[in-house]
Amino acid sequence: MKHIYFDSIAGTPVHPEVWKEMEPFIKVEFGNPQSLHSFGQKTRKVIEKARERIANLIGAKKEEIYFTSSGSEANNFAIKGLAFAYQNKGRHIILSSIEHQSILNSAKFLEKLGFYFSYLPVDRYGLVDPDDVRKSIKEDTILVSVMWANSEVGTIQPIKEIAKICQERGVLFHTDAVAAVGYVPIDVSKIGIDSLSLAGSQMYGPKGIGALYLKKRTKIIPLIHGGMQEEGKRAGTENVAGIVGLGKAAELSIRKMEERNKKLMKLRDKIIKEFPEKVNYIYLTGHPEKRLPYHASFCIEYIEGEAMLLSLDLKNIAVSSGSACVSRTLRVSHVLLAMGYPHALAQGSIIFSFIENNTEEEIDYLLEVFPPIIERLREMSPLYNKHFSKKE
Amino acid sequence: MDYSQKVMEHFLNPRNVGKIENPDGIGEVGNPICGDMMTFYIKVKDNRIVDVKFQTFGCGAAIAVSSMVSEMAKGKTIEEALKITNKKVAKELGGLPKNKLHCSNLGADALHKAIEDYLRKKGKKYAKGGKK
Repeated sequence: MKHIYFDSIAGTPVHPEVWKEMEPFIKVEFGNPQSLHSFGQKTRKVIEKARERIANLIGAKKEEIYFTSSGSEANNFAIKGLAFAYQNKGRHIILSSIEHQSILNSAKFLEKLGFYFSYLPVDRYGLVDPDDVRKSIKEDTILVSVMWANSEVGTIQPIKEIAKICQERGVLFHTDAVAAVGYVPIDVSKIGIDSLSLAGSQMYGPKGIGALYLKKRTKIIPLIHGGMQEEGKRAGTENVAGIVGLGKAAELSIRKMEERNKKLMKLRDKIIKEFPEKVNYIYLTGHPEKRLPYHASFCIEYIEGEAMLLSLDLKNIAVSSGSACVSRTLRVSHVLLAMGYPHALAQGSIIFSFIENNTEEEIDYLLEVFPPIIERLREMSPLYNKHFSKKE
Repeated sequence: MDYSQKVMEHFLNPRNVGKIENPDGIGEVGNPICGDMMTFYIKVKDNRIVDVKFQTFGCGAAIAVSSMVSEMAKGKTIEEALKITNKKVAKELGGLPKNKLHCSNLGADALHKAIEDYLRKKGKKYAKGGKK
């Protein structure tokens, strides 16, 4: 039976056109971009072309893009690199409470070195209030980091307003845009963003490649010391094929964003409308309108996410969950907790994130096989049974 | 998921799911914060567990563990059932992923709590009977 993939937040397939451009740089063109000879010239040239394509996707200048190994590295680079570069100005950093682990754990590390943090609350839709940003900025605040969009609940933040506040107050603003880039129009030249993270694996590019946009004249301390790659800001022989793939993925995103989003939104809206018609006690998580075009997430009351995920996998449907049992740390989604969901309900998290090849028929199939799974698990659940014995 | 075939089989076809009306013992463990909740019901006759039922809120491992514990306990004497340990349950299931071992703890704990409840109730009944 055909496998159905509803987990683009974990990674999208590599687009055939992306692979076509990458392939020679795995198979044939092995030249080190730092070499002066013709082998090096060839790979150096394609890296610069990719840099330009990525800059075009987010309205940046080519020389403002630095390649990294992933979105996580880009986030580490931004948070630690900017903190170290600006520590003479202050040691206070503001983060949203729903940032990605690569930001939150970088903060934990910096805390040990004497930096201190404020965490912005979110409302029940996962939105940061720009006013809270304004109120949290202190004399010694050097950096604010709020993600563009959250991959667990799909909510898109008021980035423009937050960036404006930071600019007015002379504080650096970083945004983790890994879930948003390629789907949400981004133009860093029009809004005051100092740094932005992106990655290839969520926009039909390869894994193992990411990039940091860093506004011209912004100082940063490197994490990886070595040669003069990436203007000395990120050493290590370049992942040429990955960079080429990311560049092509960016170019495709510019070209196909509108068409892709139209299709993805249709799928998203279909499931958001039809799923609650089939099953009781389910809740859409994240903002109903300000959300990623490919994203529909729910909490299903009285049952747990891993049991649902496994059952769906046996029906050849791949999804995600923010349940504690799914995470390797055995902690329930910090995003849902920050949004005010009680633990038991957050355990019932299920996330559908679509790819461009998904079809409405696949959603019909999901809506056919999922309700009996939910019913089966609920019949087993002491919480469900307690709920109904109380009602009786 | 890195579950053994046995775990998957019990997850998909759990034995003894449900509730016993007027049980001789009830054991409840876990809470939604740690992720899993289990309730075990037992019926005891002549010091032997003649029926076991459970309800579980939790992951695949938690459901499989509950099912396995219920199967292991059925037909055993109270003393034998008290010897069912987490390790034995995990072993019977063909092993559990490292980060899921805590689920096997819950299963045996829930059963033991139900037995404890039974013994406590029996003690009370016995005391009442003694007064007559």
